[in-house]
Formats: sequence, structure tokens, C-alpha cells
Amino acid sequence: MLLILLGVLVMHLIILILLIVSTAASTWSVGGDRTTDLWYTCTNSNGGYHCKPAISEDWLQAVQALMILSLLFCFFSLIAFLFQLFKLVKGGRFFFTAIFQILASVFVMCAAIIYTVMSPDDGSVKFGYAYVLAWVSFPLTLISGLIYIVLRKKE
Amino acid sequence: MLTFVALASVLLLGIVPEQTEAISIYTGWERHALLGSDVRLSCSFFSWRGTSDDVTFSWTYRPDGSRDSISIFHYTSGQAYVDNKGPFRDRVEFVGNPGKRDGSILIKNLDYNDNGTFTCDAKNPPDIVGRPSSVRLLVFETVPIQAGVITGAIIGVVLGLLVLIVVIYYLMRFLVARRVFSLSVSKHGKKKREGTPARQGPVPTADPTKVKAASSEKKKQESRKDKK
Repeated sequence: MLLILLGVLVMHLIILILLIVSTAASTWSVGGDRTTDLWYTCTNSNGGYHCKPAISEDWLQAVQALMILSLLFCFFSLIAFLFQLFKLVKGGRFFFTAIFQILASVFVMCAAIIYTVMSPDDGSVKFGYAYVLAWVSFPLTLISGLIYIVLRKKE
Repeated sequence: MLTFVALASVLLLGIVPEQTEAISIYTGWERHALLGSDVRLSCSFFSWRGTSDDVTFSWTYRPDGSRDSISIFHYTSGQAYVDNKGPFRDRVEFVGNPGKRDGSILIKNLDYNDNGTFTCDAKNPPDIVGRPSSVRLLVFETVPIQAGVITGAIIGVVLGLLVLIVVIYYLMRFLVARRVFSLSVSKHGKKKREGTPARQGPVPTADPTKVKAASSEKKKQESRKDKK
């Protein structure tokens, strides 16, 4: 039982770290010398490394908001997990933890989908590692949420 | 020995601050403005020395895509000199306060040709070493949504909904805790249900929908107790 709890907690922490990196690193698109989105677009030109704020379009702001929300909800779910670990009665389910974690996964999914559809279609621009991390954390968060629904407090 | 140390420290204190002095100039990064409106380009500086009477402000303009800058404003010896020949003729006004280290200008009646970079250079003699700061002007027909407005709105709405749901949840539990008392009393007989409002005081009027919700909450609590 303790092993399962530890495993679930470690998975949750890994997901949190993935979400933090995906939200904070400004490398959702890379192309040539340029890395762009979510917050800055930085160019490594001959003058050095210049960064300017990313385009302030509606869809990008929605992606920013959804990523921040998913990060917040994953964090709330961690707090709820620790809280319910000590306060829940025997045999109870981690209801709040699961709800917040599943909401976080829904938000990450929406953010990744919006970015995929709306990102400008340049020939040389590819998706960067922060984008990949967002897509990776979507199924992880979903699985983690489902585990919390199934998990029961035994002792 | 002591006098040597004292002399050395006085010399160091005298020399070092002068070497690290440099005037810092602050303008905005970008300014968005509507066609035909006025825009205030702010420029302020920080200097380790007090503001002298010979402080000067200069504004130069470089159109988008061009390499040449022209001077459009100069303030020196307490006098402001504005552009009287160039593209900003009769459109520049000095709205700054040199005594408060503010050298802002107002550009009136904007046009699409005013898109470009405005550079402010301030000098506060003897503190003249500094890097001029630039602000980019963008003229729009309709001002686009600023960065962060939609982000903040979405986050605020979702978190507000979350708080609202939590509050409603706890409120319903609180209400049901009181209703459970009145519901169990009503089991004894329907006649007593008319009596309970008088006894209980501020109980909400018995809505059929609310009674259903309360009874379903009660069923939920009972099922939870069963699981435990």
C-alpha cells in the first residue's frame, strides 16, 4: 500500500515538473535560429541573443491561460491529495484529487489542440520540446486522475 | 599607518562612485495608438547627481524600414525646441517636467507614416555617459487586445467559478445539515411540517426543487456513510 502511494505521489510530482517546464520554457516552436512562444520569441542572430515578447493574439493568450490553469489545478490536486491522505476515512476515495487532476488534463489537452491548430504554418518552423512535453503530460495527467478515482484509502 | 589607511579610504570613496556613474534613461518598450489620436511618449532618467540646470533632452525619430534618424525635439537651458520643418511640424508638444527628471513629449493627430522608433537621449551635466532608450510607436485603426488581457480573463473566470462551486458546495452541506433536522421532524406527520417554520425561524420556504435537492444530498451522505 505504501509503495502504491509513493508511486502515485512520484508520478504526480513528475507531471507537475513536466507542466512547469512546458509552461515556462518559451520553445513551443523552433525554426532556424528562432525559438518562439509561449511568452517570448528569441532570435540568436549575429548580434547576440535577442528576446522580445510573443505576439499578443487571442489564441496564444488562450493557450497561455489554459497552460497556467492546468498547472494550478495539478498543484491544487497535489495539495488535495496530501490533505485527503491524512483526513480521509478508511475506504474513502480521493474524490477532489481526481477531479482536479482530470480538469488539469482537460486544460492541457485544450491548450495543446489550440496551439496545434492555430500556430502559423511556416515551412521551416517545427514544434519544440515544450510543445512535446505538453502533449506528453496530457495522457499522464489523465491516467493519474483515473488512478485517483480508483484508489481507496485503506489504512 | 592609520593616517595612510584613512587617506586611502577617502581617495577610494572619492574615486569609485565617479567611475560607476552613468545616467540611465527609461522609456516604454512599445506604444500602441489609434489613428488620429494623441500619444504621450514618456522619457525619464536616473542620475546619481542631482538634476542640474543644464539638463538636456533630445528626441529623434527613425521611420520603420529606414536607417536615418531625424531630430524632432530638443530641450536645453530651460527652453523646449520642437520640430518646425519635418514630418512632425506643429504636432510635438513638450509635456515633461525637467525638474522631476521627466522629458516626455506629446505627439498629436497620428498618421500611419508615424510608425517608427523614437529615441530619447537625456544628459545631466556632468553625468553625460548613458545609453539612449527607444520606444516603438505602432499606429492602428482599431487597437488590438493587449497582451495578457485574455489570459488574465480566462484564468480569473475559471478560478472564480472554482471558488463559487466550492462555496456553493459547502453552503448546500450547511443547509442540508439544517434541513435534515426539519426533514426528520416532518416524517412524523405532514401536519408538523407547517409547524416547523415557526419553530425553526429563518428556514427557506419549501420549494419542491430544493426539497428534492436536499433529499438527494441526504441520500448521497447516506451512501457515503454506507461505503465507510
